[in-house]
Amino acid sequence: MAEPMKIRAKMEGDAADVKVLMSHPMETGQRKNEKGELVPVHFIQSVIATHNGKTVLDIQWSQSIARNPFLGFRVKGAKAGDKVTISWTDTTGDKSSIDTTVAA
Amino acid sequence: MVKFLMASSALAAAGLLGMRSAIAAVWNKTGFESKTTAEALKTLGVSGATVSREIQITAPEIAENGAQVPVTVTSKIPNTQSISIVVDKNPFPLSCTFEFSNGAESYISTRLKMGQTSNVIALIKADGKFFTAAKEIKVTIGGCGG
Repeated sequence: MAEPMKIRAKMEGDAADVKVLMSHPMETGQRKNEKGELVPVHFIQSVIATHNGKTVLDIQWSQSIARNPFLGFRVKGAKAGDKVTISWTDTTGDKSSIDTTVAA
Repeated sequence: MVKFLMASSALAAAGLLGMRSAIAAVWNKTGFESKTTAEALKTLGVSGATVSREIQITAPEIAENGAQVPVTVTSKIPNTQSISIVVDKNPFPLSCTFEFSNGAESYISTRLKMGQTSNVIALIKADGKFFTAAKEIKVTIGGCGG
């Protein structure tokens, strides 16, 4: 089961600034473990960000996104109290999501 | 009766479209598995992108650790639909694609893995046309294997 994400959304001017930190190994399939065996490829492929239920970002990632991925984006026209949700799916079909309200 | 059927099928279509927005775009397997930038760009439908100064790539000149390279891309090109990032010298150059809708600003911030010193290319799709900018990032310790 995936570990929880961290999310923060705060108004900056007329846009909500959103920062997300996900917890995931993002294995490239090229790294070897202590025994010298290749660690199988395992990474977040898809991330969807929504603002009050509407998709604002539809993201596709490869294994070249760093371990414990960071994502920053901005939603114009958002207001304090609005809901922002992040959901990801990885190469094994594992999923995780988190939501927050935009702070003033 | 015919009218009713038309109305209900229109509603059904609207419902399907509504659902579609909640489902992720199909993952670009061919693109992400391409071993050269040229091949990867083909899968994105790019045939010649215009170099643009309206694209800003913010990243360190020298990344000490290739496993965590912070990269921010901002596009000032009107009607920017998506931003893709390509790390030219990575084993699989295409790194990520971000599609914007419903008020998202054409700005993204993330952290990449880089195997070695390379050009990092931002590719912007706006009004169906492609624009590009590149920045070289020097890597001291690679971040792909290890």
